[in-house]
Amino acid sequence: MTIIEATGLTRSFGAVRALSGLDLAVQQGRVCALLGPNGAGKTTAIRVLATLTRPDGGRASVAGHDVVTEPRQVRASIGLAGQHAAVDDDLTGRENLIVLGRFLHLGRRAARQRAGQLLDEFGLAEAGGRLVKTWSGGMRRRLDLVASLVVAPPVLFLDEPTTGLDPRSRAEIWAAVRRLAAGGTTVLLTTQYLDEADQIADDVVIIDAGRVVAQGTPDELKDAIGTRIDVVLEDAADLAAAAAVLAPWATGPAEADPDRSRLTVPVAAGAVTLPELVRQLEAAGLRARDVSVRRPTLDEVFLDRTARAAGPEVAA
Amino acid sequence: MTSVTETVSTPARPEPAGLGRLRWALADGLTAAGRVLTKLRHDPTAIGLTLGAPVVMVLIFGYIFGSAIQVPGGANYRAFLVPGLFVTIAANILPAMIAMARDSGRGVVDRFRSMPVSRTAVPFGQAAATSVYGLISFVLMAACGRAVGWRIERGAVLAVAALGLLMAFQFAATWVGMWLGLVLGKEETAGQASILVFPVTMLSNIFVPTAGMPAWLRAIADWNPVSALAAATRHLLGNPTTPPGGAWPLEHPIVASLAWAAVLLAVFVPLCTRRYARPPH
Repeated sequence: MTIIEATGLTRSFGAVRALSGLDLAVQQGRVCALLGPNGAGKTTAIRVLATLTRPDGGRASVAGHDVVTEPRQVRASIGLAGQHAAVDDDLTGRENLIVLGRFLHLGRRAARQRAGQLLDEFGLAEAGGRLVKTWSGGMRRRLDLVASLVVAPPVLFLDEPTTGLDPRSRAEIWAAVRRLAAGGTTVLLTTQYLDEADQIADDVVIIDAGRVVAQGTPDELKDAIGTRIDVVLEDAADLAAAAAVLAPWATGPAEADPDRSRLTVPVAAGAVTLPELVRQLEAAGLRARDVSVRRPTLDEVFLDRTARAAGPEVAA
Repeated sequence: MTSVTETVSTPARPEPAGLGRLRWALADGLTAAGRVLTKLRHDPTAIGLTLGAPVVMVLIFGYIFGSAIQVPGGANYRAFLVPGLFVTIAANILPAMIAMARDSGRGVVDRFRSMPVSRTAVPFGQAAATSVYGLISFVLMAACGRAVGWRIERGAVLAVAALGLLMAFQFAATWVGMWLGLVLGKEETAGQASILVFPVTMLSNIFVPTAGMPAWLRAIADWNPVSALAAATRHLLGNPTTPPGGAWPLEHPIVASLAWAAVLLAVFVPLCTRRYARPPH
């Protein structure tokens, strides 16, 4: 079942088009990563879906409710955390959660109970009585995530949930997202980290200049841009000659790294076998230290898909 | 970080219709007010400033400037000053402005806005919390005033009326502050802008009688909403006041103060709630 759906969303800020016809469909229970360079429109997309920003055009619905005409129903189904939702520095962790619980009309006792439960569950019980401004960045971010879970929403929006966190804190956030997804929560997150998308996302949507440029599972995306051949040569001076040998199969420009004497060439999937490659290099009199045929990384997919339009940046 | 079982639980309760919705909005307002007051409780610096400000104000204006200021009729300057200082508290929009700018800049407002929370109730609750805070400030200022010779001269009933007027005005002024805070959007910007608020209280009859000002400046000062409020407060408390001198708001200070408060509410409640509910970005 499609739980988040957007068709042709547009939104401009002055002369800058943040969204120009964004289409998106996220199935229930999936973790979907919105990936894109700065200013691609990721945050605006999240803000529109979370009813914080009204689109200029197009339609979007979350949990079956239109974000423009039924914002109250949408808000009852979503949680928002990340860049644009924050916790209160001047309250304790526990008070933060109690305030949110009371805004969600849990009642005084239930709000208190729920706060305690969440703090325990996310390893924040000990710090719960201290003001949040004394917490570490990682703990705050975890509280921020927890704050969006006071009532377990069916849909969770996470706007760059791990930006600026150390690897350990990132891993903790990832673990929490995986557990939520395992419990049936649909998660739409934005990220600039490709490894993050690779690690936790079932689906990846690459957006650039306000529209979708590629989407699929991480594996599908990698396969879609073919395979990569890496050749490491004994002598960096042979890079050009090696590029010439591989040129017949190349589907794009070769990438040379003289410092490591390495050449990377994109080729269509299955276009050439490893023995054939080695024979050709030998025939050309080139000594290779290492030759490999591999799947592209998500980085390469990202660069391949977003390189074309390097638009102006949007801060909003 | 143990199990996930608890997290898959209560979904948000659907919003009721009709009277139930009003009850929800009231509850949201109370939660918002409670939040602001809890924050204050955690902030000893703010409490210290609240406690200390009246003392400092009375000392600086009562004794330093006051030593050189003549009140018409030769009355005690400090008895003239203290009602004016009540007005500076009532007109102080800075706490509301900075608090709202802070919430807005740090994303707290966005979080509330993404929740099924009444978008009118939150600013209302914050304004109510400011009133509670203001009441404490008025009491402290009164205690300081008494210590330096100020008295309630016309009895408890009119004194309560004066307090009511001050609180009504403060409630209205808070909306101006919250709106400015939302517009400025960042705590730092709000902090910088706060210097511009200072002249509003200076350009009035709060600290000095306006009779000595150049005519054009006096006209501005006499029509300044806080001048009417100061005149009304002095009148109700029976403290020395300045001769009205023709300007309508000073001839009818109570009506004028109520009218100003009504105008501020009529303009800034819609501006503020709309901005809160639907920001331009």
